[in-house]
Formats: sequence, C-alpha cells, structure tokens
Amino acid sequence: MMRHIISVLLENEPGALSRVVGLFSQRGYNIETLNVAPTEDPTLSRLTLTTIGDDHKIEQITKHLNRLIDVVKLVDLSEGAHIERELMLVKVRATGAQRAEIKRCTDIFRGQIVDVGPSVYTIQVTGAADKLDSFLEAVGEAAIMEVVRSGVSGIARGEKILSL
Amino acid sequence: MELLSGGEMIARAMEDEGVEFIFGYPGGAVLHIYDALFKSCKVPHILVRHEQAATHAADGYARATGKPGVVLVTSGPGATNAITGIATAYMDSIPMVVLSGQVATHLIGEDAFQETDMVGISRPIVKHSFQVTRTEDIPEIIKKAFYIATTGRPGPVVVDLPKDLTNPHDKFEYNYPKKVKLRSYTPATRGHSGQIKKAASLLLSAKRPIIYAGGGVVQGNASEQLRVLARELNFPVTHTLMGLGAYPASDRQFVGMLGMHGFYEANNAMHHSDVILAVGARFDDRVTNTTGKFCPGAKIVHIDIDPAAISKTIAADVPIVGPVDSVLNDLLAVIHEMRAADKTLPDKDALKHWWNQIDEWRDTHGLWVRPQYDTTTPFIKPQQVIETLCKVTHGKAYVASDVGQHQMFAAQYYKFDEPRRWLNSGGLGTMGFGLPAAMGAKLAFPDADVACVTGEGSIQMNIQELSTCAQYKIPVKIISLYNGYLGMVKQWQDMQYDGRYSESVYENSLPNFIKLAEAYGHVGIKVTQLSDLEEAMKEAFARKNDLVFMDIHVDPHEHVYPMHIAPNGSMRDMWLSKTERT
Repeated sequence: MMRHIISVLLENEPGALSRVVGLFSQRGYNIETLNVAPTEDPTLSRLTLTTIGDDHKIEQITKHLNRLIDVVKLVDLSEGAHIERELMLVKVRATGAQRAEIKRCTDIFRGQIVDVGPSVYTIQVTGAADKLDSFLEAVGEAAIMEVVRSGVSGIARGEKILSL
Repeated sequence: MELLSGGEMIARAMEDEGVEFIFGYPGGAVLHIYDALFKSCKVPHILVRHEQAATHAADGYARATGKPGVVLVTSGPGATNAITGIATAYMDSIPMVVLSGQVATHLIGEDAFQETDMVGISRPIVKHSFQVTRTEDIPEIIKKAFYIATTGRPGPVVVDLPKDLTNPHDKFEYNYPKKVKLRSYTPATRGHSGQIKKAASLLLSAKRPIIYAGGGVVQGNASEQLRVLARELNFPVTHTLMGLGAYPASDRQFVGMLGMHGFYEANNAMHHSDVILAVGARFDDRVTNTTGKFCPGAKIVHIDIDPAAISKTIAADVPIVGPVDSVLNDLLAVIHEMRAADKTLPDKDALKHWWNQIDEWRDTHGLWVRPQYDTTTPFIKPQQVIETLCKVTHGKAYVASDVGQHQMFAAQYYKFDEPRRWLNSGGLGTMGFGLPAAMGAKLAFPDADVACVTGEGSIQMNIQELSTCAQYKIPVKIISLYNGYLGMVKQWQDMQYDGRYSESVYENSLPNFIKLAEAYGHVGIKVTQLSDLEEAMKEAFARKNDLVFMDIHVDPHEHVYPMHIAPNGSMRDMWLSKTERT
C-alpha cells in the first residue's frame, strides 16, 4: 500500500469534477487530498489527488480515470522523480512568551506569518505534506486554533510534462 | 443555412443521424420537442406505457441491430423511470442515446415541479452525459452523444435538455456535423502488434487451449473472425451468457456456456486449460466463481477494447487492447505466418487428446447429449419448453429474456447459431427487460420470429407494454413459464435457506394471463400438458400478426443445473442435480 499522487488534465466543463469524485466513491477508492484549478489554457483544468492503494488498485484507478470522457491525460507522479507541494494556513494562539517561540518555529520551517493580531498569528507554510505535519506537531495542538490545507499539488522533475 | 428551434433541431438531428425509432413518453419539459416531432419528424415514435420500457425497447433494438437505441423522456419522474434501463444498457455495453427533458434553465436548482438532477442521478451508469446550456450547441452535442455511445466500448449517453432551450420561438442556425472529434476520447483502433505476436505463439504452443468469448464479440461484430480463428486452430469455444450466438451453437467446437450455470464440459475445459484466449469477456463473478481458484494452470490472453476490463479481476498474461475484430484479424494473420514457418503447430496430438477429454465430459453430463433433467415427472419441464421453442423456430428466432430461471434455461437450451439473436440483461439482471426488448427487436425485424421468454414474476414488471404492442401491432410471442414462484429466488431458498420461501410465493394472487392478454386484444394460449406443447407453440408462431401470450405451466420445483458451488468453489465445482455434485 503506497501513497500515490495522480495528476489529471481535465476538460474545464461543468460536471467534470463530479465525474472524477463520483468514480472514487462508486468504486470504493479513497481520496486523501484533492485540488483542482484551471491551467494556462482556460479550457483545461489540472486536478491533483492523492490516494492510497496497492499496485493493482492504482492501476484500476488510472484506467477508470482514463475511461472518463472528460479526462484528457493523466500521470501517476509517484512513478518518477517529482516535486510535491502543499500550502497550509494555520491560525495559532500567540500570547506572551509564546509569540517569540512560534515565530522561531515558523522561521525554522521557512513559513511566514501572514496576519498578526494581539493574541493570534496566522502562519503560512508550504512544502511536502509530511513537512506540514511536522510543523503542526512542533507548534503543538494546544496553540492551534484552525488549520486549512490546500491538498497536494505536484509536478514531474526534469523535461517530463503533462500537457496536450 | 436554416434556422431551427431547439425542439426542431432535435427532430431533425434524429433524421440526420438515421434513427429508425424513438422510444419515449411525453411530459411537460419535452412538449416543445414532441410538437416538433409531430410537425416534421420522419422518424417514428413508439409511445411506451412506462419510461423503463422505453429504455429496454431501445436496448433490445440496439442489441438486435447493432445500431444505437434512442429514448426520449421528460424531466423528473420520466427521467428517473429511465434509470433502470440506462443501468441495464451500461452494464452490457449497449449503445443508447437518452434525451431527457429538464426544467427551464432559470428553474434548475430551485426544486421546480418535475425537476431532478438527471445528469447527477445517471452519472455512475452512463458512458457520458451532457447538460445542454445553449440551443446552438444542440446539433453538435447530439452528434457527440451518438459518436460516444457507438464507438470504443459502447454505452448509454444522456443528453439533458432544459425546456427553454427547445422553445419554438428561439431559432438558430442548424448544421448537423458529419464528424466530431473529442481530444479527450480516442478509442483504440488496432491492437499492439508485439502483444499479438506474443499471443499467437502462446496459443500455438497450447496443449489444452480454450477460447472464452463474451458479449464484446457480439457488440464488436467479430463473430466471423472468431469462427475463422477457432476453426483454423481447432480450439474449443465457450461463451459467456452475453456472448451466446457469436460462435454457432450447433458447431462441434462449441462446448456451451460457461459460468455459474454453465455447461459441465465448458467449466471443466476452462478449469483444466493451459491457455485461455479471452475475447470481449470480462471475467465476471458469475463466470469465475472463486477468483483465487480460477483456472490454476492457465496462461491468459485477454483481448478487449476497454483497458479497464483487462486484469480487473483476473490478471492477464498477454493483455491486448483493441477492437476485437481487428485484433482477431491481426492475430489470425500472425498465426498463418507462424504455421507456414512451422507446420507442426499447434500440437495436433495434444489437441486430439484434449478433445477426447472434452468429448468425454460432454458425453457424461452434456446438456445437449441427453436430457439431464428428470423426465419421469408429470409436469412439463421448463427445459422442454425451451427445447420446443428452439425446434419450432428452427433456432433462428430473436429471443429476448427476462431474468431468473427461465433466462438460464433459455441460455442453456436455445441453440443460437447467430449473434444478436439472444437479448438478455446479463450484467444488471433486470427483471422486466424481456417484453420491451422483444418489442424493440420485432420493430427492427418485423418478418422475424421474436420470442420473449419470461416467467410470471418478470412479465408483471413491464406487463403494461401489452398495450404498446396493441397500439403498434407488435406481434411478439410471449413464452411465460408459470411455476407460481419467483423461481430463482426459490431455488436459492431451497439450496441455502432450508426451503424457507420468504416472499417468493404468489399463492392465489396471479391474474388469469389468458384473459389479461385478451383484454388487450391479444391471443392467449394456456398449456398444461407436455403432449400439447409443441402443437400449441406451432400455432402461436403461425399467428404471424398476433401477439400470443403462452402461459405454460411447468414443474414448480425444478432447479437450474449445473450450478457452481459457492463460496470457495472453483470453475469445475458444480451441482449437477439436486443430489449430485462434482
């Protein structure tokens, strides 16, 4: 059982996303994370999802995704060298001595404090999913008020591209 | 350039697409379309009595002809009633275009009268769907719908049409495209030549081969190629429930249907084979029995147009994605080459030995060698009804079936020599499919014999279509096997629930089917004695212009055998009768 990042070029049509999401629930596959937005070509969306499964299941997932008429192309990024990024916004309680501690922690993770209140910091962190997990652990559950994560995006390293 | 309203565009597109019949039912959201049909459309419309029957009739038409079936229903309940038929077509990969009305654009999402999210509801059971948002797009969307429905692995396509877009006052340029292209949809046109070579050498090295051919051979119009290949190699051929007729049943190389109610010789040949050539079949759970015990010694070549069908339940050793007809042609060419280079291929001694073994299996328990059912009871046996039907129609009828024991008996005992004669809901197993499917076939082939094999359970699921048959004079022959039970449910209750017939008994609630048929202006014939059966059936088929409802009373306690032993059984583990097992 391995985590896979599947990146899909999708027709930017109404209902296209629901076909992808529906396929996963219909066939009993899991979606761990999902994000989608139009590309530089407004007729196409790029959808990235992460899922967990053995090779047989991942093969079925990619075959069934390819079968959807709205799916133009897809790639399992985990099959090759790739860059993975996720964006996270965290609102933390920051008072007294904690303010400096949290600031230091944010620096270590190369995050940014993007909003400051008298007792609250909002911090932006980007990176691979496990880095974001580590940051949350470092800050500690007690301080965390709210977490928003974008879900994983990814792109292959080198010359390899996913395009028409 | 002509200016047409959305409704007129649909009517015209049906003509331009060469549609022969529209099966449908009017209602508020499609009234503009129906008015356009009334005014100008040359395509006949068949008014069914329930939208489910419209989809099954279109489906039966599509199965019998190979052309896409066309359905027109209104929004809300019209659309939801069509769902079962769409799912039926989807499971069996039948080309179908369903035009569903929708409430006006400005009302969508407001829980308007007769509003339902048809695109959403049908999403998991369609090949694709379109929600029309601009009248100008209608011609291209309809063209795309037909293109998608009929190419690659065929399937149903829904086109949802909001009422305001079919308004007769808003006219736009109409230009029906000759061709459409979708950048995201390019079905394979040829198999991979390297894979085909691998398949050929594997087949030629086989000592105990079998060809396992499914509905893909029928839908892919590859029966001829299958026949040529099988005869070239002298390999046995077995069919799935969906494949029946692709290879002639009366040919010596045909070893019968395989699977849960498959033939003893077919299931054994599969189990003991060393090479399986799977063509347009999908290793369905009703074929494989326990997948972990499936054909332990076999290497598998799997040809299918749909890559997702390959290695889904059973891993293929040589997968080949492509249209079955072209792949079989290419495969045959490579086999010719290899045989020219090495005349000893395939191993004739091994094949002779293999055929001796198969013939031995066939001789011990083959359904067509001698009756495998008890002929000493006073009842008509359901098997005898199908044998008689086959005899009276010379094995040439279109046989639509409902779902249950009668379906399995029909599959086992009607010897289909031609593809597209056997019309049944294999994947979804939809009771109520038979009568409307038979209507679709009879409309397409008015001079052919068309039978609906059914039971008193299934027939009541769409019996209202007797009225449609009266209106359009569709003289199908209904062969209803009356046993007073939901037969297949009862069989399972006998075998697994100690005969507790939970809700599978009709008691004294069934109608007089003869009077019922007569009430619609049809003919009813009741048969209770075996000695009357053949004459009665001859009379039914001699009445060319009458719908005849044959109410045939059969042994209420008969079971369908062979039957796979499950769970944990292999292909060769079967019940052969109520007391005998392998």
